[in-house]
Amino acid sequence: MTPIHLELTQPPAVRAALKNRWPQWLAQAGLLAGFVFTILIGLFGPAAGNANFAVIAVWIAWWTALKLVFIPLGGRAWCSLCPIPLPGEWLQRGALLGPASRGWGLGRVWPRRLRGAWLQVAGFALIGLFSAVILTEPRVTGWVLLGLIALAVVASLVFERRAFCRYLCPIGGFTGLYARLAPLALRVKDPAVCAAHTEKLCYTGCGAGYGCPWGNFPAAVRDNAYCGLCFECLRSCPRDNLAVSLRPFGQDVVARAGARLDEAWLALLMLGSVLVYTAVFLGPWGWLKTAAYSVGSPAWLGYAAGFGLINLGLLPALFLLAVWAGQKLSGSRRSLRAAFAGQARTLAPLGLAAWVAFTIAFAFVKFPLVWAVFADPLGLGWNLLGYSADTAWPDVSAFSRLAQAAVLALGMYGAARVAVRTADRVRAALPVIGFCLAATLGLLWLLIG
Amino acid sequence: MTPAALSRSRALGWAAWLAAAILILALPWPAFARTPADRVIRVEGRRFEYAPGTVAVNMGDRVTLELVATDVVHGLHLDGYNLTLTAEPGQTARLTFVADRPGTFRFRCSTTCGPLHPFMIGQLTVGTNDFFWRAAGLIGLAALAAVWGLRR
Ligand code: SF4
Ligand SMILES: [Cu+2]
Repeated sequence: MTPIHLELTQPPAVRAALKNRWPQWLAQAGLLAGFVFTILIGLFGPAAGNANFAVIAVWIAWWTALKLVFIPLGGRAWCSLCPIPLPGEWLQRGALLGPASRGWGLGRVWPRRLRGAWLQVAGFALIGLFSAVILTEPRVTGWVLLGLIALAVVASLVFERRAFCRYLCPIGGFTGLYARLAPLALRVKDPAVCAAHTEKLCYTGCGAGYGCPWGNFPAAVRDNAYCGLCFECLRSCPRDNLAVSLRPFGQDVVARAGARLDEAWLALLMLGSVLVYTAVFLGPWGWLKTAAYSVGSPAWLGYAAGFGLINLGLLPALFLLAVWAGQKLSGSRRSLRAAFAGQARTLAPLGLAAWVAFTIAFAFVKFPLVWAVFADPLGLGWNLLGYSADTAWPDVSAFSRLAQAAVLALGMYGAARVAVRTADRVRAALPVIGFCLAATLGLLWLLIG
Repeated sequence: MTPAALSRSRALGWAAWLAAAILILALPWPAFARTPADRVIRVEGRRFEYAPGTVAVNMGDRVTLELVATDVVHGLHLDGYNLTLTAEPGQTARLTFVADRPGTFRFRCSTTCGPLHPFMIGQLTVGTNDFFWRAAGLIGLAALAAVWGLRR
């Protein structure tokens, strides 16, 4: 069976629209303006979280769109529009638009020891510890956004290419991990053409486009995790050897080669995080919410310890146990370490489904708030969009729980498939499938139990 | 197996799976009929929780929900039944309804009461939460389908 494969950049108009720098630039610049506005409203707008544009636009509207639309369908499609690296990149390149002769910055190579996803693991865990505050306090949201953009500028000026996106952005770890499942992919069309092309302008850059900002060599890219869909290679390649295509879901996760330990930890942390968030934010336990919110208090220290213990201790230990049991059951010769990293690929469909289900439960009932803050972005009592607090909203709870169940079932299906494909034998996959089943049912119970 | 026989067995497998999934989701389940009773349930609302946070009643009960706000103004909106109550601090608000829809429903604070207000949530279970078990069955079935579909 040949997998379905549809090249989207075949029509010359599409290709031209992506090769042209303007459409993407305008979208990014527009979003940057919105980003600056969001920071300002976060810092100086209404103090109540659910009346503040920054909190609602970022944590309800954008965060929901990222998990429900961008990642499942487009992988890192958000990254191709993201305004955060833009100012730093302009400085680094010394140009607002096209490739210029000279930019600023030291252009250092990112330190070898800091490669991999470890910093993103730390960043994501840190966000987890402060999530209850970040999510509800406009000032904190404002500072976090400002901090991210400042960090991106510094990284662009000290290091070469997009060091921030690749190694630092805490959302980037999340996006990259689950982007592997997406049907959208940017790859070289014919590797033979690349092999014969000695200049490799897609890596070095040329007058038509920059060298890959993510430091990839396009012909070697097998997986969506570190391709930011910036389309520079599409512009710089003189042979037109790159294409954006649609393919079946989940293609990148079934490959056994290239599984890494850091990514396994990232996947476990993200699965654990969504379980903890669901318990904290959607559960009936007020003491837990208060503990997560009261940063610095003894209760919060307890929450932080619990968060760390569950995500970086208990869950990895249980997963390791499942992998070990699978190895024993099947008599596999693979090293435990390789099996652990390889089987952790299972957690991509499982984790994405968990996040989507959590998001459906969390965000669907809050959409009126999105309308409200877009109607009154400054919190001055405007009503630009005809919002009315008395509008009768359809009750989405029945649809929402059905959607949650369906998504979790789909995630379980995907996880079990990946488990079988990444294990030596079906038998080696069974304990890991059991782990996934337990995690999914646990989440289901937290969500609709 | 020949390719044709293989694809036929696959199609049959999927049809069987679909039938099982529909069965799990839609099979009528005998509800143990209990005589409906009148019940008064008192829920205390304080920043940022309800006490008790989980409430269970039987199908058909006439439920009087009493919301007492102990610190600031709190509301209570019950999903699925679309009912809303608001209680001033120190006061009790009441509302009576017939619990005629089975399942677990969230209730949430409907009056901004502080930073964690959006997460002030409790849950009401009417009868048994069949849907949870059906969904769990569906998830188990999905795992089976994956393993079965890839068996060699
Ligand atoms: S510039 Fe084009 S042909 Fe040359 S190596 Fe890169 S993708 Fe291949
Ligand atoms: Cu309240």
